[in-house]
Amino acid sequence: MNQVATTTEPSHGAEQFLTFVLGGEEYGVTILQVQGIQGWDRCTPIPNTPDYILGVINLRGAIVPIVDLRRRFGMPAAEFGPTTVVIVVRVATERSERTLGLVVDAVSEVCNVNAEERQPAPDFGAGIKTDFVKGLATVDKRMVILLDIDRLVSEGLLGELSVH
Amino acid sequence: MTLDLTQFHDAFFEESFEALDSMEAALLKLDLGAPDAELVNTIFRVAHSIKGGSATFGFSEIASFTHSLETLLDELRSNKLQVTSPMLDLLLKSVDAMRDMLRAVQNKTPIDSQRVADLQFDTEAILAQRTTTAGVVPAAVTAAAAQQGANATATTNGASAPVVTAPTASSPSAAQDAGASASAPAVAAPPAPPAASVPSSRQWKISFRPYPELFARGNDPLRMLRELAELGTLGVEASFDSLPAFDALNPEKCFLSWSLELSGSVDEAAIREVFDWAEGDCELEIVEVAAPVAAAAVDDDIVNHDLIAEFDAMMAADAAPKYAPVAAAAAAVNPPQEEAVNRRAAEEATEPTIAPNPHPETSKISKSEATAASGIGDSGSIRVSVEKIDELMNTVGELVITQSMLSQLGKNLEGSASEQFRMGLAELERNMRELQESVMRVRMLPISFVFSRFPRMVRDLAQRLGKEVNLVLTGEQTELDKTVLEKIGDPLVHLVRNSIDHGIEKPDVRKGLGKPAVGTLKLDAQHRGGNICVEVSDDGGGMNPAKILAKARSRGVIGPNDVLTDAQACELIFMPGFSTAETTTDVSGRGVGLDVVRRNVKELGGTIEIRNDVGRGARFIITLPLTLAIVDGQSIAVGKQNYIVPLISIIESLQIKQGALNRVAGQGEVFSFRGDYVPVIRLHEVFGVEPRAHELHQGLIVIVEGDGRRVGLFVDDLLGQQQVVIKSLETNYGHIDGVSGATILGDGSVALILDLPGIIRRAGAGMRAN
Repeated sequence: MNQVATTTEPSHGAEQFLTFVLGGEEYGVTILQVQGIQGWDRCTPIPNTPDYILGVINLRGAIVPIVDLRRRFGMPAAEFGPTTVVIVVRVATERSERTLGLVVDAVSEVCNVNAEERQPAPDFGAGIKTDFVKGLATVDKRMVILLDIDRLVSEGLLGELSVH
Repeated sequence: MTLDLTQFHDAFFEESFEALDSMEAALLKLDLGAPDAELVNTIFRVAHSIKGGSATFGFSEIASFTHSLETLLDELRSNKLQVTSPMLDLLLKSVDAMRDMLRAVQNKTPIDSQRVADLQFDTEAILAQRTTTAGVVPAAVTAAAAQQGANATATTNGASAPVVTAPTASSPSAAQDAGASASAPAVAAPPAPPAASVPSSRQWKISFRPYPELFARGNDPLRMLRELAELGTLGVEASFDSLPAFDALNPEKCFLSWSLELSGSVDEAAIREVFDWAEGDCELEIVEVAAPVAAAAVDDDIVNHDLIAEFDAMMAADAAPKYAPVAAAAAAVNPPQEEAVNRRAAEEATEPTIAPNPHPETSKISKSEATAASGIGDSGSIRVSVEKIDELMNTVGELVITQSMLSQLGKNLEGSASEQFRMGLAELERNMRELQESVMRVRMLPISFVFSRFPRMVRDLAQRLGKEVNLVLTGEQTELDKTVLEKIGDPLVHLVRNSIDHGIEKPDVRKGLGKPAVGTLKLDAQHRGGNICVEVSDDGGGMNPAKILAKARSRGVIGPNDVLTDAQACELIFMPGFSTAETTTDVSGRGVGLDVVRRNVKELGGTIEIRNDVGRGARFIITLPLTLAIVDGQSIAVGKQNYIVPLISIIESLQIKQGALNRVAGQGEVFSFRGDYVPVIRLHEVFGVEPRAHELHQGLIVIVEGDGRRVGLFVDDLLGQQQVVIKSLETNYGHIDGVSGATILGDGSVALILDLPGIIRRAGAGMRAN
């Protein structure tokens, strides 16, 4: 399940990212936060939560919430197919560390991103929120959007729910 | 020497807090008239070990404070001072101060040095009083005695003379040290000549060889020698054999060892006690010598008292006792001529000491025996972090799920091996249950952990309120889950405060009522079924229902014409902001408290009831589940979802007929249940799921109780009952209204556990919004 994580050795000064596909775009999360990848299975819905919270699953005895990243980013929902996977990530919030699962269309690869290949996130103005984009990188001539998942979580993904 | 001491900090703090608890308990048990020596020793030991530890770790403020305290306690221990009530208060305050200091150091926050200084001042004031009243006289006597001793043996006790004059240091602790050191040789010297004429005195030879790490454990050999000197006539010979050259000398290690001769009416246990703290850090041999070696001992004394005096002088000059070991080592190095003289004299004088032991068998007081004796108090327990136990619980939970998966698989198996397989599964199931229970038991702690704080609290409160209260604790060994234990403390504190403040009357009032002046407050815990009952009862005035009713009417809590039974009236005291106290004190009476108590108890899934006896007292009975980790649940189905309802909150499940439903204000649905109109909450509406049954007669109504209210929960179906392991949703997610947690079912899927008060609140909010 996890063998992708060991295919490439990190070179000096580079950071490793796990990339995945979401609505035709390619995103990357830093490999150090990835705990595992598993196939999509049914989950238990939680009442009165935003639609992008699909529910909770049992991950080796822990109750882990599942986030549909498509809905989170406001993309049109898609049928879950055979390539649909859950990337389990560990995020740091103000109070503690949390584990959550991100549902994505498919996982692509683990790639090294050197510092010089990275650019800051472009400013689209007020209309488009790019707070949780850490930067952009070019990998094999493709653009990868590097996600800041800690930010994604603190910017209301889980945080606003406690107010409910 | 780059030993990282920080790794021991946690253990030190933990042990110190525990030790302080036992010190507090001992102080509270201490009888002012005739203090139990063992208790005083316990108290002293705590102060001593905290001093040693904090000095080792460089927490100098704590070390300095505990040193003063220790000096005071030492006086108590040796019966030079009597315990008085103000002293007891001071000691209790010191316990608090030490606790706060330790906490401050632990959290790396500043220490409240003013408070510490005040307490230290008070401590030293008591000590100073002693030295001005009782102390001066013995000082004069000992001086005279020293003179006498000197004359009798025709040897000048010259070396000890400077000791008395040496401490010009301003620190009071230095002065104490000097005082103590001045008296040490004096006390030891004079009994020497008469010793021969007292036949009851026994002769002991002690070989004390500390390991180099002795100082690191906070031990001070000088103190031990001084303590020995108080037991009788002490002859000391220090061995410098392993002392390295000065440039190689590590001042934090002990290179000295001692041969001691003690004569006096002491037994071995008393001597061992002196070395109690060095146990395991030294080689210790204690041998009784049959015939007194009088002449040699006398000579010996003089030489070696010089040495002690010298150590004392160094120490006093150094002013800080924690440097004593260094000073001692330095003393051994600095004056080489004197040392040479001493050694020669010692060699000459102590030949009998070195001579073969007349009773070799007695020297086999083996170390293992000693350690075995000291280990009796050890309950054979180990310290395990809660995380480890929780991990274990999780793993066991996983195993239970795997096992139920296998059981389901086994049911469908056919063939010759299937019977064996099923038998194996049955075995597995039984073992699994035992394993689960064992792990649960690991988390159980006796309720004494909570009860132990009350003796002190009751004492302080009663004192402040001018009442006399006798606290009776029973069932302290009743065990309950650690999580419950942690949360039950605050409600109990509230109830106890309440009883003392409002319940128990002042002594003169009590006498007037024909009650004993001393009120009784009882705390009791016991297992009852799968629950634990904790009861707080007092023999005070109880609650006056009429007074409560009047108050409730004036506050508009109840209408002017409402008729309530006495029991119902008493329930009113759980209303927020309700208080019948005429005045608000800093203890209670503000009206916050009992509602919080009830809320806390409810949160733990428990109940609280009152048994009121007007004029004779009140009893508060809290019933709690033994554990929060497991709950007996009823599975219910709504649409495709399964939920778990805690069995304890279900009153009844029923199906209602068509038309049995009434509407209130066109919205709220109620139906008649045993004469009461009970509102209906449609769970699918609260949770926003698509149900199978839309009409009430198609599904089931589960009558549940939450927040003291009864509601009918409309669900599709009832499934099985099962014990479920509660898992937090908040670990990785957050709080969800109406859901108290989640659990993992036999098939590995997750089911949510309903929080009924939350659902009722949410449903109520929804109705109002409509």
